[in-house]
Amino acid sequence: METEVKDQLVSIEKPELVAPPNWEPVIMGILCNWCSYAGSDLTGTSRIQYPPNIRIIRVPCSSRVDPWFLIKSLQTTADGVLVSGCHPGDCHYITGNYYARRRFLVTKKLLNFVGFHENRIQFSWVSAAEGPKFAKVVNKVTEEIKKLGPLHLYKKENFEKK
Amino acid sequence: MARVGVFVCFCGANIADYVDVPQVVEEVKRIKEVKYAVEYKYMCSDPGQGMIRDAIVQYKLTSIVVAACSPRMHEKTFRKALSDAGMNPYLLEVANIREHSSWVHQKDKKAATEKAMDLCRMAVAKSIANEQLHEISVPVTKRALVIGGGIAGIQAALDIADARIPVVLVEKSSSIGGKMAQLDETFPTLDCAQCILTPKMVDVASHPYIELIPYAEVLELQGFVGNYKVKIKKKASYVNFKTCTGCGACWQKCPVKVPNEYNMGIDKRKAIYTPFPQAVPNKPVIDAEHCTMLQKGKCGICAKVCLPGAIDYQMQDEIIEREIGAVVVATGYDMWDPTPYEEYGVGRFKDIITSLEFERMVSANGPTNGVPQRPSDGKVPKNVVFIKCVGSRDEAKGIEYCSKICCMYTTKHTILLHHKVHDSHAYVFYMDIRAAGKGYEEFVKKAQVDTGTTYLRGRVSKIYKKGDKLMVRGEDAQIGQVVEVEADLVVLATAVSAPKDNPELARLLGISYDKYGYLSEAHPKLRPVETAKAGIFLAGCTQAPKDIPETVSQASACAAKVCGLFAGDTMKKDPMVSTINNEYCSGCQNCVLVCPYGAIVTEEVPMGHGSKELRTVAKINEGVCQGCGSCVAICRSQAINLAGFTDPQIINEIVSI
Repeated sequence: METEVKDQLVSIEKPELVAPPNWEPVIMGILCNWCSYAGSDLTGTSRIQYPPNIRIIRVPCSSRVDPWFLIKSLQTTADGVLVSGCHPGDCHYITGNYYARRRFLVTKKLLNFVGFHENRIQFSWVSAAEGPKFAKVVNKVTEEIKKLGPLHLYKKENFEKK
Repeated sequence: MARVGVFVCFCGANIADYVDVPQVVEEVKRIKEVKYAVEYKYMCSDPGQGMIRDAIVQYKLTSIVVAACSPRMHEKTFRKALSDAGMNPYLLEVANIREHSSWVHQKDKKAATEKAMDLCRMAVAKSIANEQLHEISVPVTKRALVIGGGIAGIQAALDIADARIPVVLVEKSSSIGGKMAQLDETFPTLDCAQCILTPKMVDVASHPYIELIPYAEVLELQGFVGNYKVKIKKKASYVNFKTCTGCGACWQKCPVKVPNEYNMGIDKRKAIYTPFPQAVPNKPVIDAEHCTMLQKGKCGICAKVCLPGAIDYQMQDEIIEREIGAVVVATGYDMWDPTPYEEYGVGRFKDIITSLEFERMVSANGPTNGVPQRPSDGKVPKNVVFIKCVGSRDEAKGIEYCSKICCMYTTKHTILLHHKVHDSHAYVFYMDIRAAGKGYEEFVKKAQVDTGTTYLRGRVSKIYKKGDKLMVRGEDAQIGQVVEVEADLVVLATAVSAPKDNPELARLLGISYDKYGYLSEAHPKLRPVETAKAGIFLAGCTQAPKDIPETVSQASACAAKVCGLFAGDTMKKDPMVSTINNEYCSGCQNCVLVCPYGAIVTEEVPMGHGSKELRTVAKINEGVCQGCGSCVAICRSQAINLAGFTDPQIINEIVSI
């Protein structure tokens, strides 16, 4: 998939630019209320440490997540987005996470087409009982976004300067 | 202009030790909409809530942000504080700076403080877009449906009916009673199962508030909590229950013999039958599959001998509809089929039986009049080997979980064997003895002493035939040797498994089930009898394997939940539901497709601008909507919004940091 990004006429990614030394990515975490948000609470209650880059938004279900939110995050504030829901089959709202999964795959393609690296958005299943898993997911996502470097183009400060 | 008040909590040292709270307050004050910000040791305490109440009045605040623990913890507490101060409780936002910051970034105070600031900014931004919401009132149909007439269903139905709430009890077979009616005695008191169960069965049949529909299945459930409509298929019994007196002439004369399910196929029943003598209702049904009259049109003996003329060969399945407000699912369990245990010779050797077959044999009303017999030659067995965990705790062949009741019923079986055959000897192959429960450990200890049973800790590797005996080879792990026991009869303590119809039932009810087929509760600890769908409750083994005391308490818990639900004439419901803006709705009906609850229907509205022509738009039933937001994300016209999680609210959160 990475080659596809390079083949793009206009890529938003600037891999040739080196990130400032103290740069830390901002990751928007959009979590469903019943599984992943509860799971992230459990991570806290169990005092499991993870990188402080993620900012968590609570939604009732992963199916509430409009692709718009992901694009808006990348355009304005975040270097990456994590969407997390209940395990397939365990959705509090019966089928919501299936819709989310399909929509997410399409969104990934769209972002790729627009010129973002597809790893900028990540998806995971974390249940309410999986505190340690949530920390693992955040670790992994943070590492991957760090590898990709800062998003240079569509940042709020860039708009403000112009 | 919004006027936001921010209240940052120390949570004792929980937040304050890892987040610089005063600095967060200073930072938050720089947001222009924030008119008041303060820190306090415990916001959830009474003085803390008092600060919120006072500030709302003093600073004329329009929304409130509390930066403290998870909203799953104290959102309700703070909402109440808002309404106490005369403010709409849904103007509150909680910034989770404990679970999401101070507790997970304990080594980096600077980063944790910065993150807490961001979380506060996000909550402030969201709260600015918050709207006043009001709880929704939904009318309630005060009638409950109980699915399954085993001990769980019976107990739930009786408890609900005793509160003078009408109950519809649907049972699949022709009599209620379930698995418990097949048991001889029950652990740990050795009460006769029939003696304690049949009075309850009779109570169900005679209760003025219970409508018993036997020989029926649930076909369809529509609607939402408090307002369900259920379709029940009453299978054709070919016997008119109103005129039938239950005299028994028909089944005595019926010439067709069929393996008797109640006795696990050990003896035969007729094609017209009642499952057992104490059946409730005590009316026979015709097994259409085996009746020669219904299959070939020949015979008709039962109709000839029936004096009241209750036999009706033309009877058809009947669909019954009822309006109900709540459902209790109590479909029980199935016995696990031990066929995968080929090394035991299951199916090859007649003298290997399952525990429920043994239970029927030792029952006074069983096929062998209470004396166990070898199925091969009818002799009374002297040496009996019981093998526990057949299917349970076996990832390779069976199921991973512990079936919970096998240790206890095997102990009971050793006692019953000792009672019925005094000179017998029992051997038990076991992995562990799990006897957690009131009086259970004492029961096992006493049984071991009284019956002199030999307990061998280890798995059985093979069973083979030697003469007319069965040789059971297994490991005795305590002496580390292979042992062989000569047995007249081998009893397999087969696992409890989920009813095979559960997945289908779960789908038609709209609730979830786990990988084994057990129906899922809403919360494993704090909401054990509720499902994720409001108004549907679970009792007994349909949720997980459990013994009779636990089943009964769960059934009573369901009854309490149903009674609580029906306590008022209307129900209050969370206002976090979707709303449709007709002006924007293009009528594409994508939302209708994705709604998991069928909460969205269509309606015709005038075109507007003076035109009398109609156009189709979507319409949301607030009572049914559970607020998942699937429809919001699918709507291409942005005509739908989900109260409490609107697009402006979430976008505000995203762009605020």
